[in-house]
Amino acid sequence: MKLLVLDTSTEWCSAALWLDGHVQARRILAEQRHSSLLLPMVDDLLRESAIALRQLDGIAYGAGPGSFTGLRIACAVTQGLALGADLPVVGVSTLESIAEQAGAEQVLTVLDARMAEVYWAAYRRDGVDWHTVSEPQLALPESVAVPEGGDWVGASNGFVALGNVLRPRLAARLARIDDTLMPDAAAMAPLAARAFERGERQDAALAAPIYLRDKVALTVDERRARCSA
Amino acid sequence: MLVLGVESSCDETGVALYDSVRGLLAHALYSQIAMHNDYGGVVPELASRDHIRRVLPLTRQVLAESGCTLAELDGIAYTQGPGLAGALLVGAGMARALAFSLNIPAVGVHHLEGHMLSPLISDTPPEFPFVALLVSGGHTQLMRVSGVGRYTLLGETLDDAAGEAFDKTAQLLGLGYPGGPALSKLAATGDASRFTLPRPMLNSGDFDFSFSGLKTAVLTLVRKQGLDQAADIAAAFQAAAVDVLVSKSLAACVHSGVTRLVVAGGVGANAHLREQLTREAAMRGISVFYPRLEFCTDNGAMIAYAGAQRLATHMKTSDLTFAVKPRWELATLDAV
Repeated sequence: MKLLVLDTSTEWCSAALWLDGHVQARRILAEQRHSSLLLPMVDDLLRESAIALRQLDGIAYGAGPGSFTGLRIACAVTQGLALGADLPVVGVSTLESIAEQAGAEQVLTVLDARMAEVYWAAYRRDGVDWHTVSEPQLALPESVAVPEGGDWVGASNGFVALGNVLRPRLAARLARIDDTLMPDAAAMAPLAARAFERGERQDAALAAPIYLRDKVALTVDERRARCSA
Repeated sequence: MLVLGVESSCDETGVALYDSVRGLLAHALYSQIAMHNDYGGVVPELASRDHIRRVLPLTRQVLAESGCTLAELDGIAYTQGPGLAGALLVGAGMARALAFSLNIPAVGVHHLEGHMLSPLISDTPPEFPFVALLVSGGHTQLMRVSGVGRYTLLGETLDDAAGEAFDKTAQLLGLGYPGGPALSKLAATGDASRFTLPRPMLNSGDFDFSFSGLKTAVLTLVRKQGLDQAADIAAAFQAAAVDVLVSKSLAACVHSGVTRLVVAGGVGANAHLREQLTREAAMRGISVFYPRLEFCTDNGAMIAYAGAQRLATHMKTSDLTFAVKPRWELATLDAV
């Protein structure tokens, strides 16, 4: 199994090649320069491994949740590359890729969603795969809950951005907190490989972000209702 | 040279295939107007979310309709700006990545250059030099065009774009969003001479426009007369806006010493503008060129065409970046 993996869901920009279990990766703190950094990274990785895009089995992308514009950058690039090289694609959860890096069996991932909210999920390792204990969701930090059972590890930058709310409530139930872990293509690579092995491949046109935050504007009617309320 | 063009700068996803010998082979458009209508205007985030759903199916559609394969493409053009950043990034990212995977060059095109050159997608294109009136919901500019990429700004709106004035006036008259075309339809049933609205900057002696005062005048008139006079008010508004556009465009031609005028952008589809402009231009010995009606709105064909002109002299495959330019002055483009 040979895959290209892309993630631009946060201020980090990363790309990885999964070559039958071996990972080559690039990762840069991009701020808002993903559109300038991503394809040169891909080109670099392919050249380094002397492999052509067409020789791969598929492309995976960090589907979300994360920055809306960021999610679409990886998604649009995935669509273009997959169309041109005639490859299937698969979306990988950004939150699960955080769990993959935590070095723990039970991980509570809490990613900053801005606007004083978080994207969070809870995962338990089940053999080589992750079992989702709490589904990825957009929530106020007050509603993040540590599932039953001991030895949960807290991960990602939600514990920085909204640490003042999360830490007093949850720290006692968490074995430790690693607030530096972020979505990353290298961590997505084994998850993507297993998704392809399970046959979860999709057509390029179906590559789509998972935003979780779906209410982004008020309709004219809703604004009127709000004004008169 | 066979070029794929991708447009995603605002609320329309457009994809087209243009061949420098065979002409336009196929074009496909998905308009989000109905979706944004509920919100009273374009919601940038929703626009971006829609572009990423549409751009690949539309690409496959034009390939299928033209009978071309990806392997036959010589280059890809995409709208790099100006426009909504998040929306632009979808088309730019897909286009640049597709070009990379096919090992062909891609080029970022200026959206307004696309509009301005769109009348050239024709069997009888205007020759250079010409004056271009770019008139849409986002822009109102007069440019002197002496070649591809050789643009001199003669004048532009100091406030609202003409199309914006049409849309906002339509909203005042209860015609919904975007109401420009509905306003024109209503105006055709009204008496333009019953109310007289100001012709802003008609005699300013330059080629600049202002439409916000006209919009305010309409608001005052609506308050005084009520909406049952909507048809006559619409006709009076349209007559005022068209008078200014026609007068300034023809003056710009005379000033620049050119006898060809190109009209591009959404308002260029306005029948009253076309009729009055063609009539008054003929009296001055000026020929007017319009794009096909379907290319007055945003579209992929104009991007494919403009991209083909630029790729013909600039076949660079090494650029792998797709940063967009939400703000971008047309006059700063390189000449081809």
